[in-house]
Amino acid sequence: MPNTKPRTLFDKVWDAHVVEQLPDGTCVLYIDRHLVHEVTSPQAFEGLRMAGRRVRRPEGTIAVVDHNIATDSDRTQPIVEEESRIQVETLEANVREFGVPYFPVTDARQGIVHVIGPEQGISLPGFTIVCGDSHTSTHGAMGALAFGIGTSEVEHVLATQTLLQKPAKNMLVRVDGVLGTGCTAKDIVLAIIGKIGTAGGTGHVIEFGGEAIRALDMAGRLTVCNMSIEAGARAGMIAPDDTTFAYIKGRPFAPLGEAFDHAVAYWRTLAADEGAQYDTVVVLDAAEIAPQVTWGTNPEAVLPITGVVPNPADEADEAKRVQLERMVSYMNLTPGQRLTDLKIDVVFIGSCTNSRIEDIRAAAAVAKGRKVAPGVWALVVPGSGLIKAQAEAEGLDVILKEAGFEWREAGCSMCLGMNPDRLKPGQRSASTSNRNFEGRQGPGGRTHLCSPAMAAAAAVTGHLADVRELV
Amino acid sequence: MQAFTTLTGVAAPLPLANVDTDKIIPARFLKTIKRSGLGVHLFDTLRYDETGAERPEFVLNQPQYRKAEILIAHENFGCGSSREHAPWALLDFGIRCVIAPDFADIFHNNCFKNGILPVRLPREVCDRLIEDAKLGGNARVTVDLERQVVVRPSGEEIPFNIDPFRRGLMLGGLDDIGQTLQHAPAIDSFEGREKSEKPWMPEISGV
Repeated sequence: MPNTKPRTLFDKVWDAHVVEQLPDGTCVLYIDRHLVHEVTSPQAFEGLRMAGRRVRRPEGTIAVVDHNIATDSDRTQPIVEEESRIQVETLEANVREFGVPYFPVTDARQGIVHVIGPEQGISLPGFTIVCGDSHTSTHGAMGALAFGIGTSEVEHVLATQTLLQKPAKNMLVRVDGVLGTGCTAKDIVLAIIGKIGTAGGTGHVIEFGGEAIRALDMAGRLTVCNMSIEAGARAGMIAPDDTTFAYIKGRPFAPLGEAFDHAVAYWRTLAADEGAQYDTVVVLDAAEIAPQVTWGTNPEAVLPITGVVPNPADEADEAKRVQLERMVSYMNLTPGQRLTDLKIDVVFIGSCTNSRIEDIRAAAAVAKGRKVAPGVWALVVPGSGLIKAQAEAEGLDVILKEAGFEWREAGCSMCLGMNPDRLKPGQRSASTSNRNFEGRQGPGGRTHLCSPAMAAAAAVTGHLADVRELV
Repeated sequence: MQAFTTLTGVAAPLPLANVDTDKIIPARFLKTIKRSGLGVHLFDTLRYDETGAERPEFVLNQPQYRKAEILIAHENFGCGSSREHAPWALLDFGIRCVIAPDFADIFHNNCFKNGILPVRLPREVCDRLIEDAKLGGNARVTVDLERQVVVRPSGEEIPFNIDPFRRGLMLGGLDDIGQTLQHAPAIDSFEGREKSEKPWMPEISGV
């Protein structure tokens, strides 16, 4: 039956994957790509085994290790930490038993699951993509519907290649205008979360559009969609365009030759129809976005770098005031203090948000000819083995190492405090990752989220700094 | 999965908004390959100090709440990561129901997969229930999924809404994989149609 109502990007991808709609509106939704990692999959494979089920479609599934592996050691040696080693060995046994394609830690293609999907041409426009990780929203930058799931749903997808889902609401976030010097995709998405809040997108899929989004390269778009989940959204998406197609062309698992042309013809039909309706529309002006940095313990507690620590006493709502007081206290701040006066102990450049070659180039551009400030521990962790090799081919590793940064192997590293890279209690970091929750980077750690250029600026000055004064 | 019909138990008050999954269970405890045994790490940083000793002021450390089966919290409960270790840790501790004004989407989904009932009630109702919960073991709260009501210790009944499909699965303790596999023929024909309509669609092979 032809659908004449104008549809959004989300509507089109959703409609194309409904296998069946149940009487109450729940849909059996087909999943094109399932990304699997070591932390959220062991119990799912165990469930399959106990029920005597197989992986329905191994050729739509890819497994990789990223979360708990160390990034500072020789990859040919066994993993030292016992629990991590068991988790990785369990994944390896599972992919062998169930025939799932896998990039082991010794493979140059290994990396953070949300970096390697697009990099390998595994994540493509119009696809439904899931992974047992909330930052699966990243892949929406390709024009895919991509979202995080729990382990029970991982098992469900492994067994059935589908999920039981109800459609989300549509939200359009339009960023008009042109970004200023020193401002990046990270600043855009932090500004969006600051505006709509950490639950602002709950129940919605956000489509990002507007001149400033269109102007972003794929790395920037992946950064924006990555943090959709920090606004509570189910997913973030960007309509695929020539920037997307140029990025995909020639990637290992993307369609080739004539097949690529057919794919592009289809992908061009995915953009929202003229007159498509959104349940919510939010508009920002890129020109008004300054470099952003979070000051509190959720990503909505964000300010321009020129700002000062808020005073909880100014908040009228009691519950919010209590929360602000807790943030100020946990982060060891003083109301009215300038953000640029905050001394930094650790700088982390990496994570599925900001570990792509463009991010490393941006950090190196600031680091070049400068030195990491005394007492600051700064590390750069590429998102994949291939990004690491590319950066080395460009000499970025040399620039960073000469400036005093540590140069690591690919992995999630200090984004989440479940591998050896952690903050110590009371340490303050400038981090390009995505979450600044209490203890996220290690118990008692204090996280300030920012862009790679801003993180590099913090590293060389020893405090949160306005990168515009360094470029 | 254990079916959820009616639960009567002690409710623990946790009047915090944005309780994220790192708070429910920090990432350093996600290295298990099992579902069980995580209860001891539930709310680790709120519950224990740097030396690993219990913080007596934290609600679940207080004698009257050590066997709590219901948790009552504020907005955006379960935000953050997709880790199902969060509901596993709650369940392993003994929590079978969380009542809050709203929940983050993935956590909300994960609860249903594990027989934990997330109940959405307006903030002012949650605050009344938090006052009830402060009475500790003297005040038992009932959550009746069949009748879709929360019963306060006073006997007052508060109706709640829930997705009927999910309610059915919870009441029956049903595995949704088994449910979905009943649609296997439809999935087969969907795949067949995709292959013929989009022959350019690549597969992940030759890894």
